[in-house]
Amino acid sequence: MDAPHDATSGAPPPRNVGFKAGVLLALVLVLLCAAAGYLLYARGVFEETQELRLLAEDSEGVSVGMDLTFAGFPVGRVRRIELADDGQVRIVVAVATKDAAWLRTSSIYTLERGLVGEAKLRVFTGVLSDPPLPPGAERPVLRGDVSAEIPRLLATMQALVGNLERMTQEDSSVNASLGNLRGLTDGFKGRYGVLGAALGGDENAKKLLAALDRANVLLGRTDALVGKADTRLFGAGGVVDDTQALVRRLNGLLIDAQASLKKVDAVLVEAQAVGANARVASQDLGPLRAEVESSLRRVDALLGEVNRKWPFARDTEIKLP
Amino acid sequence: MARYHGPMPASLSYPPASVPAMGRVRRTLAEWWAVLMFGAVAAVYALSPSSHDARSRDATARLLHATSWQALPWFTLLSALISLALIRTLVVTAQSYGLSQFALEMMVRVLVLELVPLGAALFVLLRVALADDLLPAPDPAGGLAPQSLAAERWRLELVPRVLALGFAVLALAIASGVLALALAYTVVYGFTPWGLDAYTRMVGRVFDPAVSLALGLKTVLFGLTVAVVPLASALQESRAQARRVGGFAVRSGTRRVLAALVLLQAASLLLKFL
Repeated sequence: MDAPHDATSGAPPPRNVGFKAGVLLALVLVLLCAAAGYLLYARGVFEETQELRLLAEDSEGVSVGMDLTFAGFPVGRVRRIELADDGQVRIVVAVATKDAAWLRTSSIYTLERGLVGEAKLRVFTGVLSDPPLPPGAERPVLRGDVSAEIPRLLATMQALVGNLERMTQEDSSVNASLGNLRGLTDGFKGRYGVLGAALGGDENAKKLLAALDRANVLLGRTDALVGKADTRLFGAGGVVDDTQALVRRLNGLLIDAQASLKKVDAVLVEAQAVGANARVASQDLGPLRAEVESSLRRVDALLGEVNRKWPFARDTEIKLP
Repeated sequence: MARYHGPMPASLSYPPASVPAMGRVRRTLAEWWAVLMFGAVAAVYALSPSSHDARSRDATARLLHATSWQALPWFTLLSALISLALIRTLVVTAQSYGLSQFALEMMVRVLVLELVPLGAALFVLLRVALADDLLPAPDPAGGLAPQSLAAERWRLELVPRVLALGFAVLALAIASGVLALALAYTVVYGFTPWGLDAYTRMVGRVFDPAVSLALGLKTVLFGLTVAVVPLASALQESRAQARRVGGFAVRSGTRRVLAALVLLQAASLLLKFL
């Protein structure tokens, strides 16, 4: 071969081919650098962060790079997952310093796993006025695992299905109940319908109907009786009329009694006046009696004086034998 | 200019149809080995400063123009249309199933990590396969022994092509990748800056160091495959040996590149998911 085979050498070269090649190179270089820079920025390389260590019993579902979210906004990302000496999982989260204000000493951290999608690491801060979380703090993480509930749910479902199976077996109580129900509904088709089925046979239903008939007759008689009683009680010259006349007479008697009582009252007033006089009189008796007594004592003293002075004085001296 | 006078290895000549199976396997392996050797020598020439003089730079510039400059607008447009259709479909489907929070991440993973590099490589391969002027003339001896090719031919013909084709894959992949990221944001959030924080965070979560490294490595390997394999194969075969399928000449290089791309993509998926 005399010259290198260059297919492009035969055609005239495009204009400014060197410049275009340079532009192309520069464009690709710029795009490459921009993409690399954007990826580094997206990975948080240029972000100022502080460390937070979350302690969990199980790291299942946690992956490096996953977000820690506060109210749905990512505030940090998992940097490292390691197993500590005590067997606990230590999830190291890099929290952007500008977002660290959302983390307080009282914040709660949860790891939730849904049925669909990856696990979610969340932080809940109830009291934003608490002191901010210091860098490098260790906090426990609470797990909420939906998939962990599935075995329990399955066991419950299995028991439920077992119960259902037992209930629907040939000799099950539900089946027997249904048989009884069928017998009952068959009974509905008899001459006495629901009544016959409910009372356990047509004979009993017949008796019940006869009893009902008799009760009807009885009710008819009772009705007549009540009519008569009504006439006697509330009719003209009935018990109620008599009672009303009696009440009127009683009223008159009571008026008379009231007049008598008024007279008695006057008598009593007079008696009270007499009593008052008697009391005054009895009050005068005391000084009178005292005067009589003093007069008697003076008469007694006078008589003693007369006896002493009198020659017929009795010898009061006691002579001993 | 020095000419190729070296002896052609017997194992690299094209076999008659009746070669037994073992012989065919040995021959295929030898051909792949020759392709690898071609790539290695091309890399040595490309990395040697002495290979890049004014003439070789001029040749490289013309090939860059032919491969990347002319292809970039069309490929970007095509990629944007396909990306838009895919993004829209994914978003609507995810919304109808109530999984819209996963749609964006899925789009980025499917489009930027998988489809865009493969699409770029296939587009450049298509351009190489359809444009005869991008491939070197077959070696007169019909074989490929890198040490037997003249240094002049390496510098002015082969290395510029390798560089231009490899760069084309890289340029198309990165341009359409960035465009796909921008389109995904626009479709989901619209023309507003308020979703940028959440979107950036999601991108950061997707492109962890391992994934970014794998994407870069995959794109570079795609570029190398598209740059090296068709050239090496073109040197090995003559036009008469191109297999005709439905009236089109399908060169062995095209088939090899397709096989290599499929293998690379499969290996990437295996590494990612196993």
